[in-house]
Amino acid sequence: MKKVTFKQQLLMELGVTLALYLFFQSLMSLGIINSYWRGIVITICINVVLTVSLNITSGFLGELALGHAGFMAAGAYISAVFSKSIALIPSVEFPLALLIGGLFAMFLGYLVSIPTLRLRGDYLAIITLAFGEIVRNVLLNIKLTGGAGGYSSIPKYTTFTWTFFIAAACVLLSKSLINSRQGRAIISIREDEIAAEASGINTNYYKKLAFIFSSFFAGVAGALYAHYMGFLQPAYFNLDKSIEILVMCVLGGMGNIMGSIISASILTILPEALRQIADYRMLVYAIVLIVMMLVKYAPQFEGLLNIFKPKKEEEA
Amino acid sequence: MSGVVMFFMQIINGLNIGSIYALIALGYTMVYGIAKLINFAHGDIIMVGAYLSLVLLNTGMHWSLATILSILGCALLGFTMEKVAYKPLRKASRISLLITAIGMSYLLQNSFQIIFSANPKPYPAFIHLPALKIGSITISSNYYTTFIVSVFLMIVLNLYIKKTKMGKAMRSVAEDEGAARLMGINVDQTISLTFIIGTGLAAVAGILYSNCYTIISPTMGSLPGIKAFIAAVLGGIGSIPGAVLGGFILGMVETLVKAYISSQLADTIVFLILIVMLVFKPAGILGKNVKEKV
Repeated sequence: MKKVTFKQQLLMELGVTLALYLFFQSLMSLGIINSYWRGIVITICINVVLTVSLNITSGFLGELALGHAGFMAAGAYISAVFSKSIALIPSVEFPLALLIGGLFAMFLGYLVSIPTLRLRGDYLAIITLAFGEIVRNVLLNIKLTGGAGGYSSIPKYTTFTWTFFIAAACVLLSKSLINSRQGRAIISIREDEIAAEASGINTNYYKKLAFIFSSFFAGVAGALYAHYMGFLQPAYFNLDKSIEILVMCVLGGMGNIMGSIISASILTILPEALRQIADYRMLVYAIVLIVMMLVKYAPQFEGLLNIFKPKKEEEA
Repeated sequence: MSGVVMFFMQIINGLNIGSIYALIALGYTMVYGIAKLINFAHGDIIMVGAYLSLVLLNTGMHWSLATILSILGCALLGFTMEKVAYKPLRKASRISLLITAIGMSYLLQNSFQIIFSANPKPYPAFIHLPALKIGSITISSNYYTTFIVSVFLMIVLNLYIKKTKMGKAMRSVAEDEGAARLMGINVDQTISLTFIIGTGLAAVAGILYSNCYTIISPTMGSLPGIKAFIAAVLGGIGSIPGAVLGGFILGMVETLVKAYISSQLADTIVFLILIVMLVFKPAGILGKNVKEKV
């Protein structure tokens, strides 16, 4: 394979993004993708943002984070409050709302990252889990946003174009972060924190960076979700939601952005495709999850997967 | 009711829920210590235990037999779960194991939802002993039975792990699996036994829990499951006395916060305490501070 320069790579990626956008957009304007499937495509894009951003902390930094839904909720609510209380033209208001959602989540991400500097592994997982539950609990008790009853009539600004380009931006930024010096520093912490520190990497700084980056996009995804649904409920952002994102992330491959995109798409479509067997939907989902993990990682099944994969996949 | 009586009642409430958390946390901590796996399906074993005993009780079976059979059923489930879903992944990354455990949890919840419907079911409580009266404080039989049974089981378990050969094997596998294998310990068997004991304890917790609340549903296990997990971490995950202590502390704090500060913000405050606690004592209360080696 010829070596591609960074510029060529970037141009190619931008080209692919644009082509994908035009493809979906034309299918939608031709009516081949109806409004039901348009909704699914938008959900896929939101999930891609969530999964890719979680992949930065879980996949690249190597810390198990169980509170991604908390950042999403924070971004969703703050942006919803903003766009309901302020009357600007939508094309100004919506990006501002997204930005505010992202920045607020980022601020929380910074707060969460402080205890994480002292903790690793499962203790960190607990902190993030606790954080997610705290956000949900606080939201349940805030009168302004309707508490458990939910927060309704949020202007529905989210369109396919917005979501798609934000997802694309998230993917491209994540990729360039990972390929940069900072990204390599983050990966080195995952590989061996002590060795990284010994090589002069400021591990605290890079851990914070990864958390902030990841929570920013989770907040933006939340803001997109809020303005897509027009209605928010704290119950939606529970531990199951965080786990759902984590599952997408793990299934796509920790530390593999392309994998995140693919698995976010598959796992968004799968429950929809199983709608006909409504009662058994989650059961099938659970079985698929277990079987996929077994087939993917258990040594006993290694031969099985090689039928589909003649060439050895390059490690990300 | 005077303030002092009220306070003691809350303490008793806290001990009650705390002992249930402690029982569940024991299973978490044992499995974690040995298999390095956060068994997310552990909370759902409580639910399975409750439903099994409900079904058996509804057939008119005596409560003692029903309880024993549901404990055995859950232990069998734990054994199968480990063999089918976790054992093949023992060499894989820990996170893939975690996802499998999550899948297992969904599987249990949803299959029980299909079998028994999502609606909560009344549970025929069978602990009908006379209430205990100390001065003006009345302790219902559920409360002291739960407490006594849990403390008894914890002591037995602790003795088992400290004194018996299998207990020694468990401790050695937890400390260093490879070295234990070299010393001739049957690691697979030890891990299976750990799962059996852990899930058996969860079944007991489930039955005690249902006796207190008398309503069961397919998702009843998830919240106590999470709380117990937190209790295990609080006490220092992998440590058995730690799990017990963590369970009691969590139950107590939760009840007192609910009673005296705010019932709606109880969970928030409990989680905040947890975070602060972990920041200052990162390995949990009784957890050993393991020096990282290069």
